[in-house]
Amino acid sequence: MAAIEQYNYDIVRKFSIMALIWGALGMSAGLYIALELAFPLMNFDIPELTFGRLRPVHTTLVIFGFGGSALFATSYYIVQRTCQARLFSKSLANFTFWGWQSIVVLGAISYVLGYSQGREYAEFAWPLDLLITVVWIAYLVIYVQTVRHRSQPHIYVANWFFLAFILATALLHVFNNLAVPVSMFSMTSYSAFSGVQDAMTQWWYGHNAVGFFLTAAFLGMMYYFVPKQAGRPVYSYRLSIIHFWALVFLYMWAGAHHLHWTALPDWTSTLAATFSIMLLLPSWGGMINGIMTLSGAWDKLRSDPIMLFLITALSFYGMSTFEGPLMALKSVNALSHYTDWTIGHVHSGALGWVAMVTFGSMYHLIPRLYDTDMYSKKLMYVHFFLASIGIVLYITALWVAGIGQGLMLRGFDEYGNLAYSFIETVIFLKQPYIWRAIGGAFFLAGMLVMIYNVFVTIGRAKKEVEILEAKIAAKLASA
Amino acid sequence: MWDWLQWFTHMGNSKVAALGIFFALFVGILFYVFGQKQRSERLESYKYMPFEDDDTLPTNDSEHKGTQDERD
Repeated sequence: MAAIEQYNYDIVRKFSIMALIWGALGMSAGLYIALELAFPLMNFDIPELTFGRLRPVHTTLVIFGFGGSALFATSYYIVQRTCQARLFSKSLANFTFWGWQSIVVLGAISYVLGYSQGREYAEFAWPLDLLITVVWIAYLVIYVQTVRHRSQPHIYVANWFFLAFILATALLHVFNNLAVPVSMFSMTSYSAFSGVQDAMTQWWYGHNAVGFFLTAAFLGMMYYFVPKQAGRPVYSYRLSIIHFWALVFLYMWAGAHHLHWTALPDWTSTLAATFSIMLLLPSWGGMINGIMTLSGAWDKLRSDPIMLFLITALSFYGMSTFEGPLMALKSVNALSHYTDWTIGHVHSGALGWVAMVTFGSMYHLIPRLYDTDMYSKKLMYVHFFLASIGIVLYITALWVAGIGQGLMLRGFDEYGNLAYSFIETVIFLKQPYIWRAIGGAFFLAGMLVMIYNVFVTIGRAKKEVEILEAKIAAKLASA
Repeated sequence: MWDWLQWFTHMGNSKVAALGIFFALFVGILFYVFGQKQRSERLESYKYMPFEDDDTLPTNDSEHKGTQDERD
């Protein structure tokens, strides 16, 4: 118990629980809008339920609610454990918790009501952007101050990734959201940029949100939890250093590949494609470093479901970081852009890498936070297989949808006319959309199994403490 | 006095300059990380950091509480 008192675990527990709740809510919203695409009547002609309003609710709840809360939880845990220092300022840490949860709740409500900046993954209206900035500065202060007060001479590599994530996200958030509000009491604002510069700023943000929020930060998670769960150190620390510097340098240049074949200058497009190809090297270097950590202990995959989650996550990381550069090539992009292949690619990264590494880390973390064991190992296996089947169904359905859609949109007949009308592509998409929704339902079912397993674990841990306290009280009374 | 800065404003020059600077920086990092045996050993020693602060949970089997499945 001494170590539990030594560190601030209360804040880690709060963020961990909220990560699971936001995960279930966000994935439910995702499943609903996936069904809307297959069965449009599910709009029920209610504006609040339309795809356009619910889609940012889904992305915000899963990225910022689920992913963000998981990152706060794990980064606060890892920085304390690897620096052997208590988290700086309990009250400021609590402020980041309540501030972040308020942002997610208010964001979701504002989208349903129709308030959106219309910037992908940054739909928050300007007052919420200001609140995010304040919370993020508090996060940076807590992290830097905890690292400064460390007992260890060296800063472990996981903390480098977290610090890069915090700094880069601050930079991206501020510049992408530079806007002029219509008035003090209006939720509407106008971007400081216009035309192609506005698009470039948006995708510089959008791609680096993937790079730093959904990649670098989760790599920080990987560099701590994979060695801990495997019971052996990371394969090569020097490779992790090269991985870090190469990744943070290369990611910043790749955003323009989202704007191939647009009004963006051709050289910018080529530069982004080039950097995207180069990104394959650090990405795979990191993946190999993580997977090789298990070298000599592969048998753990037979007996440890947490290891299954973590190694599968790394495999999906490798797969989606191969697919990404491929799709960044201009010739491939000409087919894949504006199709569902992009959505499939995003989800192979988001479900396969981000969510799976989070599940593995949470299954490692939760028993340690509550000084107990997980309630059921069987349910962890059930979760793993539901999630894995769900991902495979999801991404294969969208490969079929996207590639088919792309081929139909640029198909010509013998006279040089378009071979298919737009509505024919929509009809073609219906079946893959249904399979995508089934895949999503599998993944959500797995998430619900996890929540049940975790909540029973927590309940059981609390009961164990109560029994222990009663025993101590009885002993003291009889003495 | 600052005329030499004009040289960088031409894309043809700045692209080559940036390539040279970043390539040298990358090679420098590689040399720093892999170049010296003693430094390499020191860097590799940091990979044990997550294990220096042991868990509060008992790790040997006799103290392992077990999951519900194992109890059943």
